[in-house]
Amino acid sequence: MTPGERGRGYNMSDYIANTQRDTEEMLRAIGAKSIDDLFDVVAPAQTPKDFDVPPGRSEFEVMRHLRDLAAKNATNLTLFIGAGVYDHFIPAVVDHISGRSEFYTAYTPYQPECSQGTLQAIFEYQSAICRLTDMEIANASLYDGGTALYEAMMMARRITGRNRVLIDKAVSPIYRTIIYSYTRNLDIEFHEIPVQHGQTDRQALQEQLNDKTACAILQNPNFFGAIDDHADIVAQAHAHGVMAIASVYPVALGLLKTPGAMGFDIVTGEGQSLGLPLGFGGPYLGFMATKREFARKMPGRIVGQTSDIEGRTGYVLTLQAREQHIRREKATSNICSNEALCALRAVVFLSALGKEGFQELARQNYEKAEQTKRLLSQIKGVTVKQSSPTFNEFTVVLPRNPVEIVGRMIAKGFAAGFPLARYYPDMQNYMLVAVTEKRTKEEIAGYAQALEATLWS
Amino acid sequence: MELIFDIGQQGRRCTRLPQQDAGEKLPGKRYLRARPAELPEVTEADLVRHFTNLSRQNFCVDTNFYPLGSCTMKYNPKFTEEIARLDGFAGLHPLLPQLRRGGLLTQGALEVLANMERLLCAITGMGAFTLQPAAGAHGELTGVMIIAAYHRAKKHKRRYVLVPDSAHGTNPASAAIAGYEIINIPSNERGTMSLEALREKMTEEVAAVMMTCPNTLGLFESEIDAIAKMAHAKDALLYYDGANLNAILGRCRPGDIGFDVVHLNLHKTFSTPHGGGGPGSGPVGVRKDLEKFLPISRVTQREDGTFALDYQKPDTIGYIAPFYGNFLVILKAYAYILLLGKEGLLATAEHAVLNANYILARLKEHFAPPCGNARCMHECVLSAAPFLDHGVNALDVAKYLIDQGVHPPTVYFPLIVKEALMIEPTETESKETLDRFIACMTRAAETARRDPQALKEAPRTTPVRRLDETKAAREMRCAYL
Repeated sequence: MTPGERGRGYNMSDYIANTQRDTEEMLRAIGAKSIDDLFDVVAPAQTPKDFDVPPGRSEFEVMRHLRDLAAKNATNLTLFIGAGVYDHFIPAVVDHISGRSEFYTAYTPYQPECSQGTLQAIFEYQSAICRLTDMEIANASLYDGGTALYEAMMMARRITGRNRVLIDKAVSPIYRTIIYSYTRNLDIEFHEIPVQHGQTDRQALQEQLNDKTACAILQNPNFFGAIDDHADIVAQAHAHGVMAIASVYPVALGLLKTPGAMGFDIVTGEGQSLGLPLGFGGPYLGFMATKREFARKMPGRIVGQTSDIEGRTGYVLTLQAREQHIRREKATSNICSNEALCALRAVVFLSALGKEGFQELARQNYEKAEQTKRLLSQIKGVTVKQSSPTFNEFTVVLPRNPVEIVGRMIAKGFAAGFPLARYYPDMQNYMLVAVTEKRTKEEIAGYAQALEATLWS
Repeated sequence: MELIFDIGQQGRRCTRLPQQDAGEKLPGKRYLRARPAELPEVTEADLVRHFTNLSRQNFCVDTNFYPLGSCTMKYNPKFTEEIARLDGFAGLHPLLPQLRRGGLLTQGALEVLANMERLLCAITGMGAFTLQPAAGAHGELTGVMIIAAYHRAKKHKRRYVLVPDSAHGTNPASAAIAGYEIINIPSNERGTMSLEALREKMTEEVAAVMMTCPNTLGLFESEIDAIAKMAHAKDALLYYDGANLNAILGRCRPGDIGFDVVHLNLHKTFSTPHGGGGPGSGPVGVRKDLEKFLPISRVTQREDGTFALDYQKPDTIGYIAPFYGNFLVILKAYAYILLLGKEGLLATAEHAVLNANYILARLKEHFAPPCGNARCMHECVLSAAPFLDHGVNALDVAKYLIDQGVHPPTVYFPLIVKEALMIEPTETESKETLDRFIACMTRAAETARRDPQALKEAPRTTPVRRLDETKAAREMRCAYL
């Protein structure tokens, strides 16, 4: 384009500031005749004649298009579906703080003096994660709960130098599949530990522990919602030099025994429930915490406290010698961008709920699930299957195919649960039901009635 | 500033939960935590004031010029933030499409994904896209996994991935994590990939060559045709790191010049905010015949026009993410592309390149650009090496800029340039802003010669001054417990 032609029709509102006069002055300073001149390194044969993107539109038109698309999605469903992603209340302060552009339009805090806001917020996030999990050190975030678990497995491999991995079949099937996908090109031997009565089969696990095994991966509450105290398994694993990895649901930690107290070496989880919208799957927040002795093998960014030349406390990205921009192919992970803004949301969420409120949140989730369990078990033909205690999610066995029942419940305004047969073929009539603090007494009663009606009319 | 944990008093609360019938029997004690987590006990006012004050300690695009090379810190439109908050998107559970008839509940979201895949194909000249990777490096890993699947399907035995010495650190890291050994290819004196070195290393054991184009020196790889030919002759694939796509939007499409697999950074080129380090989004595009390897699920359109998710792909690399990617980020990038349209995208590249060249032209006499390059694409690399004799390095220049209210450029990268200062102004900055920056840099150069100590003592205007990174790494105080 030569100046003066001003556009194959582009609009001065396309977030571009240069006027025609600016453009001419700048070209003069550069010593170029036209903008096309600046692209002369690209051969004409390398330039497309055209490409299929429609002409630009106004903000109003784009907003209308997106509002129309948003309206095609169902937002009036009452959710009893979880399976790793939960419908929790998000206090307004979370949106307000993460909506401050000082946070959201900044980059990774490579220059600490002008990034103390982000750095201290992440330090506080790391501290909150450690306090929740009873672990010693946490990183600044990973992508999501699934990839975080994969990173933990890789970390255990690096630390132990071993290539055998045990995974409980009650770990989220989505997470397990992610781990298998990433490692297809690597030499790793996986063993799945069977589930017995909805819990880890302890004997089967014990038989698989040996000094060639890098880690044992467990989940609490597990995919079926059952809670457990894994302290005995962790101790047995350690006796063989096997690292114990837990994937946890952070809201449950307002009530449940912590992975730190059970002795786990690496803890990961999905942070979506800490103030992130469902958002059709993302962005979410993978968190990871470990023991101090393993810090230098941990993936991801880590913020550390230090002092400046005048002795004032400040924060920096630390232990960077682990990272790709320094170590390249020898780095502990390839991760660069993480989920920093989601981590900020999590620490604001945890602060808004606070010490008392977070316990209450967990307790309400537990209690509402128990109340729902009771109502469902009164429906003819429905059995609540677990013998072990659960947190806010549990499995029920229906007298008819849950795939069909869930489909019919949608018409009544309920996402009734998640049929388990998709991932566990031997659990044909099983359905996973989640109940969060957002579900009212009326919604729970209405759900039970609708389910009964769907099953028996 | 005080930590949030040290503000407040026992018993203070911010968010209140609904009243609830309590009294359910709790699980046995061995399942329960011994002590509550020591979370903050603050009022909403305390909380908001704390984080608001923290936010004021940040430089960001909305307050400062932020010419951080390779990161494309352009202005982030505000209407896209509003779109991402619409309940029809933000309130959508990702497992709904897996329920019977559930797909009908998410038609709008699936349509966004399908449209976005189509737009990215058009912009890059690739045959198919997945939007699942959550960031650029995640896209790289996905791309290399696809490359591995391609060679596995052809029963090739490949061990190496070739990476230029100017590459982003994520390239070798991603390839190594996917199971490959890395061979570094040096740059030539012009700053582009050395064809001789490439020829020497290009064997039948090479799985792929990973390139950034324009490269991290801001230079277009003018011999890309020869490079592609050389790689393809051995059936190695050519990988495109899309970090610098902003330079060539509409002017040159990776798919047209021989690239087989690409990743994009929606948080760079398509203006979704960086969030202080994330979330990003790193879609991966492939040549049409590689589509079968893309991760599941795949978005498909049925004959009746409705959208669905397809999991039945026997050759897929599998799951690389729990769901469909960072959907709300993808949504913002989609809205941005629609607003700009074809002409806006072309103009974006043109003015990004114009702005970078203007800076280069005005600053090259002070900051010896490497390879003596006269022109660049969307970013220019300068060097603070001329000031080493005065005891001043690139970091000192960076810290000086902070006092001038400018976020520093990327420093010490690319690794092949001594005392590198990598400057990417982006198209959204005005000439006045660039002129102010040029004046600051010129002053930095003069000060380096006249009064080097002044640079050594920068910054002075920030809440903290230079921080002791050695102490941070040694003491490892990474949590307040």
